Amino acid sequence: MFSKRKITIICLAASIALIADGCKKKVPAPPPPPPPAPAPAAAPAAPAAPVVAQFAAEPSTIQRGQSATLRWEVSGQTTSVSINNGIGSVRSTGSQQITPTNSTTYTLTATGPGGTITGSATVSVVTPPPPAPPPPPAPSASRQSIEERVSSETQDAYFDYDKSEIRSDARDALTRDAGALKAILADFPNAVITVEGHCDERGSAEYNLGLGESRANSAKQFLVSLGLPGDRLKTISYGKERPQCTESNETCWQKNRRAHLSVGQ
Amino acid sequence: MKQFIWILGAAAATLAVLAAQQGDINITINKLAGQRPALAVPDFRGDGQSQSFVGVFNRTVWSDLDGSGVFRMVPKGQYPLNVPQQLSDFRIAPQTDNTRRGQTPSSGGGLWLSDWSAPPAQANYAAIGYAAVQNNLFVLRGWLVDLSIPNPANAGALAKTYPESLDEAGARTAAHKFSCDILERFGSTCLFGSHIYFVRRTGTLKAPVSEIWSMDPDGNNQKQITHFTALSDFPAVSPDGSKIAFTSWVHGNPGIFVFSVDPVRNLGFYNQRGVSVTASPAFTPDGKQIVFVSSVAGCCGIFTANADGSNVHAITTSRSNDAEPKVNPKTGAEIAFSSGRSGPEQIYKMNIDGTDVERLSDGTGEASNPSWHPDGQFLAYAWTRGYMTGAFNIFVMKVATREYQQLTHGEGKNENPSWAPDGKHIVFMSDRTGRPQIWSMLADGTQQQQLTREGSNLRPVWGK
Repeated sequence: MFSKRKITIICLAASIALIADGCKKKVPAPPPPPPPAPAPAAAPAAPAAPVVAQFAAEPSTIQRGQSATLRWEVSGQTTSVSINNGIGSVRSTGSQQITPTNSTTYTLTATGPGGTITGSATVSVVTPPPPAPPPPPAPSASRQSIEERVSSETQDAYFDYDKSEIRSDARDALTRDAGALKAILADFPNAVITVEGHCDERGSAEYNLGLGESRANSAKQFLVSLGLPGDRLKTISYGKERPQCTESNETCWQKNRRAHLSVGQ
Repeated sequence: MKQFIWILGAAAATLAVLAAQQGDINITINKLAGQRPALAVPDFRGDGQSQSFVGVFNRTVWSDLDGSGVFRMVPKGQYPLNVPQQLSDFRIAPQTDNTRRGQTPSSGGGLWLSDWSAPPAQANYAAIGYAAVQNNLFVLRGWLVDLSIPNPANAGALAKTYPESLDEAGARTAAHKFSCDILERFGSTCLFGSHIYFVRRTGTLKAPVSEIWSMDPDGNNQKQITHFTALSDFPAVSPDGSKIAFTSWVHGNPGIFVFSVDPVRNLGFYNQRGVSVTASPAFTPDGKQIVFVSSVAGCCGIFTANADGSNVHAITTSRSNDAEPKVNPKTGAEIAFSSGRSGPEQIYKMNIDGTDVERLSDGTGEASNPSWHPDGQFLAYAWTRGYMTGAFNIFVMKVATREYQQLTHGEGKNENPSWAPDGKHIVFMSDRTGRPQIWSMLADGTQQQQLTREGSNLRPVWGK
């Protein structure tokens, strides 16, 4: 196209020059040599086909639901670049996120004056192994935590030897316990709390069975007096059969002369 | 001997007289102890295979006879050199008065009865014999020889053959039977065949386990009866020895169970629902009813029910901790129990209907664990008198006069006394070795023997 226009201009210029010359000089000048035939336009080199420099999916294997990225780079003269599987026309260089649900082979088609070329990239989609089932529910998931709460939020009430009267320190402990128990019983509407009565090692085991019951009962009545529902507090006496410690001294004996709160059966 | 039996169980009138004279039944018992017949029991020899087991026989027969309290056992070091193995081995000592002249030997070297009755042995009786194998059995041949009879041919107070299995158990059985036959000659009840029930403690501090066990009176043949893997405690045995009753926490709150023992079977006892304490059962003398502790009317009162738990009646409705009721085995008409009704735990008695409550212990210290003598006139119990709180010793009280005698003296804690069916022995718990173990002794405090060694064992009760 360029060369045709060039030729035209040259011809036109030559014509004007001829006319002008003829007007000024009468002497005919030897005709100019014919303009050189325009060099035959060098047959343009056949354009090269575009080259797919890169077309790949990263990663090439995904689990269903995950994404991969297609990257491509096409060099050379192109008239169109496209990728199948719903992506369509794209620029010569680019990337696109894909989320195939099944293994898919993408084909990139690049067309240029030099021809058409294709490249392919495959994304393998694997089905993930089924997730581990949730841990089976604890036999009583809520009980576990109520036990923890009773254990951590309440404290023992201690007694004098051979006595089941509530001492002032036991009164304080049980008053705090009552607050905690109200919250716990509200959170666990079906729960029952056990008030355990325990004794130190000194009295006879048979007598201590009753003494432990009296202690448990004193503690229970005190809690009821603070507004706790009596039907959700049960008592059990372990006498001196379940001590916390076995040393024969007052420190250990005092630890064992107690009312202890636990979760009922 | 006769008086000894009496002190441990009979002739209250005589006791009262003596007690009045002595003012202390302890002195009385010690004086009488010197009157026991002296018994020599040389080691028996065994023939052939029986030799392997005759050692067990010798130890067992000595232990049975020594432990019976009927005899003064002559130490083996004081016996003559030659030991007759059968009655016919004895020779008649020559009837001469010329021994000083050296005409005849001064002793038979063991083959004259006088060799055993004269110093140093000074025995009144000798038990002799031997073991052999016959038909693949351990056969024991035993004689009791009365050393006061001049002619050996007439001195056999007992001659008997005991064929038993050819093993240690057989040798032990032969020893028990031979001992029983000897004891019977002296009017004494044999304890062989009776059983001691007790509690063995295992597990950890946080998860303690106690089960009911049984054993022979000498600690052999220990057998586990319950398998609750829970706390089971306070066994009692029925008067005929066929059932036990106990308390278990296996279902949560303490409840009563009644088991037959041979075969072991849960006979069922109905525990009232919602009652937090149902415990400490004991049988009435007819074995048809149970007295026990219940918190149904406040803690705790004494109740009675049929042996299956039906037909419950209140005997006391005290709220001052009445505990461990025991019905008089002779009369069935009164109950001994412990209670906190006047302050620290003391021992009381009342009529079976709850009337006429009387305190038996004097109010000092703490008194617990009453156990009736088979004759219904004595109680063994644990008392802290003279010791610190919790430091119990075993005492025996004559109920009619409230006189008491202390049997243990601070060798650790001593609790849970229970009379043997012979009325002469007491089984009890002592922690003198560092752990609770079961011991037996004569009712005068002598012959204390450790019966259990494995684990921790307590709350023994001696049944038929």
